[in-house]
Amino acid sequence: MESVTPQAMSGRPIEELTLARVRANELTIDDIRIDPDTLLRQAEQAERFGNGQLAESLRRGAEMAMLGDEELMEIYEALRPGRSTAARLREMAEGLAVRGMPRCAELVREAADVYSRCGLAR
Amino acid sequence: MSVSEQRSPSDDGAAPPFRGSGRFRMMDAQRVNLDGFSTENPDLGLVAFDSPHDPEPGILIRDGVVVEMDGRTVAEFDSIDHFIARHGLDLTVAPEVMAMDDRELARLLVDASVPRGEVVRLAAGMTPAKIARVLAGLRPVEIQMAIMKMRVRRTPANQAHVTNRMDDPLLIAADAATAVAFGFRELETTVPVLHDAPAVAMALLIGSQVPAAGALTQCAVEEALELKLGMRGLVSYAETVSLYGTERVFVDGDDTPWSKAFLVSGYASRGIKMRVSSGAGSEVLMGYAEGRSMGYLEARCVALARAIGAQGVQNGGIDGASVAASVPGGVRELLSENLMVMMRNLESCSGNDTLMSESDMRRTARTLPLFLAGSDFVFSGFGSIPRYDNMFGPSNFNADDLDDYLVLQRDWGVDGGLRSVDEQTVLALRRKAAEATRAVFRHLGLADFGDEHLESVVTAEGSKDLAEPDPLAVLHASRVIQETGLTGLDVVRALDECGFPDEAERVLGMLRARVGGDYLQTAAIFDERMNVLSGLTDPNDYSGPGTGYAMSAERRREIDAVRQQRSVVDLVGEQDRHALPYTLVEAGPAAAGDDPRDVVIGLSPALGVGLHQTLSGLTVYDVLKELAAGLEEEGCRARLVRICSTIDVGFIGLAAARLAGSGIGIGLQAKGTALIHRRDLAPLMNLELFSVAPLVTRDMYRAMGINAGRHAKGGTPDPVRNAYSEEAITARYHTRVVSMVAVERAHCRPDLPPQEVRWNQ
Repeated sequence: MESVTPQAMSGRPIEELTLARVRANELTIDDIRIDPDTLLRQAEQAERFGNGQLAESLRRGAEMAMLGDEELMEIYEALRPGRSTAARLREMAEGLAVRGMPRCAELVREAADVYSRCGLAR
Repeated sequence: MSVSEQRSPSDDGAAPPFRGSGRFRMMDAQRVNLDGFSTENPDLGLVAFDSPHDPEPGILIRDGVVVEMDGRTVAEFDSIDHFIARHGLDLTVAPEVMAMDDRELARLLVDASVPRGEVVRLAAGMTPAKIARVLAGLRPVEIQMAIMKMRVRRTPANQAHVTNRMDDPLLIAADAATAVAFGFRELETTVPVLHDAPAVAMALLIGSQVPAAGALTQCAVEEALELKLGMRGLVSYAETVSLYGTERVFVDGDDTPWSKAFLVSGYASRGIKMRVSSGAGSEVLMGYAEGRSMGYLEARCVALARAIGAQGVQNGGIDGASVAASVPGGVRELLSENLMVMMRNLESCSGNDTLMSESDMRRTARTLPLFLAGSDFVFSGFGSIPRYDNMFGPSNFNADDLDDYLVLQRDWGVDGGLRSVDEQTVLALRRKAAEATRAVFRHLGLADFGDEHLESVVTAEGSKDLAEPDPLAVLHASRVIQETGLTGLDVVRALDECGFPDEAERVLGMLRARVGGDYLQTAAIFDERMNVLSGLTDPNDYSGPGTGYAMSAERRREIDAVRQQRSVVDLVGEQDRHALPYTLVEAGPAAAGDDPRDVVIGLSPALGVGLHQTLSGLTVYDVLKELAAGLEEEGCRARLVRICSTIDVGFIGLAAARLAGSGIGIGLQAKGTALIHRRDLAPLMNLELFSVAPLVTRDMYRAMGINAGRHAKGGTPDPVRNAYSEEAITARYHTRVVSMVAVERAHCRPDLPPQEVRWNQ
């Protein structure tokens, strides 16, 4: 295993998540959020375990770590059956690709394709 | 109306009324007949394996793309097929494994000398129909063998349901602490009132960290809210992301494989462990099974679970378990669902979380095979609380079954993930959990719970023991948590400031864990020292007898030491409480009597010395009084003689008879076994015997005294009928019998002649 010390989304190393710092009011929500780099390293571990699909999901998760809670829920909602036209999904996919989220973009693009074939698009 | 109550047809009306069979009346009354049993009906999906409408397994790959799978061309694929075909299968292995014989694949699963990794490699290329077909060919014990080899994590674990009817946060916390004390490593809660969720999740988190570090917690509610609770650090895993085997049901569940895949990654993006949930019966219940077998539809769910990147699956029936169990082979199908998950190299959270039968025998038999084989989680929710408090509905095993479960672990020498805890420890942990939760809720301005309420929570069996709480209090607390955006860090700070630094440290440890992300790996749990046990760090290495998971000596002791266990030392301590010192005093060697009314009661070596209470609960002194009183009623005199040289009641009785002027003796062991003997009989013959000591009453001893007196006078006794019982009499008493015999043996002196005993009544 690599010996990289994980850090939180805030950039704070994991060892600094101590009770003393909680007492001093130094920690915020971003200090307990997982960092995309950590997710990418976990993806490598999953790959090593022989589960490429789990690895892919963790890599998608690394992209999604950059999304805010609301936006994440909006995309999820748009992917539910009958919510979006195929064109709208393609548009969303483009937006995600432009923002450096190619794996999420690919998932949404694929959904656009399959939803129009299977009658799941709006 | 049962069959036995029907009237027989009669032409002339003269035939006697049909009385039916008493045996069938008895059978009809058994609880198993409250269960529903369905005729197999493939059109409705009421079939465990091999529906005539199941497709032939097959795959066609062109230019690295699946163009045909399990009887459908790509043009005919539904969205589930599409996702599996695009992401779920290892296409480099598929041609090889799809060409293999089903029986050969079944053999590879069972054969301990074939490494787990090789089966995982092959399974990755198997289509759903292929896996369903292979598993349909396994017998139950073969499925167990395969599970032992194929589960991901070496160390088994267990998950608990922790809920209550009133969403009472203090009770949630106390019950969470109780569950962790008993050894559960994952706790799942849900709420009857959706808006109570944040307060309940927070209480569960606090209570879960009171006995030890590292138990994962979950609050199963609507997806968006669940994810939000996770984002704020109030829960650490999720598992109610449901998959279904047909597209119609999937869409009715308001999702598609793509929306689920997105959600799975969404949990990962927040550092939250997650697994999906499926299981036979749901498609049948929704009326869209498409005529497929339960085994095939579940194989689709599990293939999809792997394809969308979930690390694990909760299946093996779940809410539809009773539907599966209603058809022939259905319980075997439930077990094979767990194996499908393991073959796909995913964590198995193995069902057993729905009460699938009214019959104790049937529900136990449903769980036993998996329990023996071991799983990542033996239950996907053991009901750690009373049945009535389980807001998921009763589990297959519940709080009232905990002792049974602990004893089953001990009986089989199997680690089912749980351990015994003593009452004082549980009370102390419940108090601490309730106090910590009350303090945090007060500190954060969420709610104020009174002392009386707290006290009732500590000692409660369940919510029925609590005063009706103010339902608005929990809603208010939840609203404040939501509106002010309280997080796990606020809980840590509040715990610390309220004087619970250890608990604060542990909750912080759970937050730290999500930053590290190691528990996102397959089948990950934390042990109580926060070590991650997962497919990576603790891989199952079973490859035949003597390999794989083995309990440490310490864990073995934990399992063996059930609280009901007793040693000879314990028994002697209990016996001593009934001692009456100086009541029976030995007074030198016994002489033969010459009075024809003289009846000797022969006492066993330890009677009134080391042993004072018989198995029926009477003291030996009471028994002697009854025997003597019975003799007296017949005008005879009881004389006590200790027979030191034997512990056998027949020889004791005979020795007594030989010393008696009447030639009649009564033999009595300290455990209460008694007989009447006559001096001219062979040792193992006797006139009357009470062999089932636990059931002998005061009146029966009195009657035995009377009968001995009548024998002495040459009269006609009225034999006493031996008591009978439906109790598991040997189970109840044999451990005590063994201890009592050991004490009798220790007092036995073969060299000593019978001793006269003076009775100071």
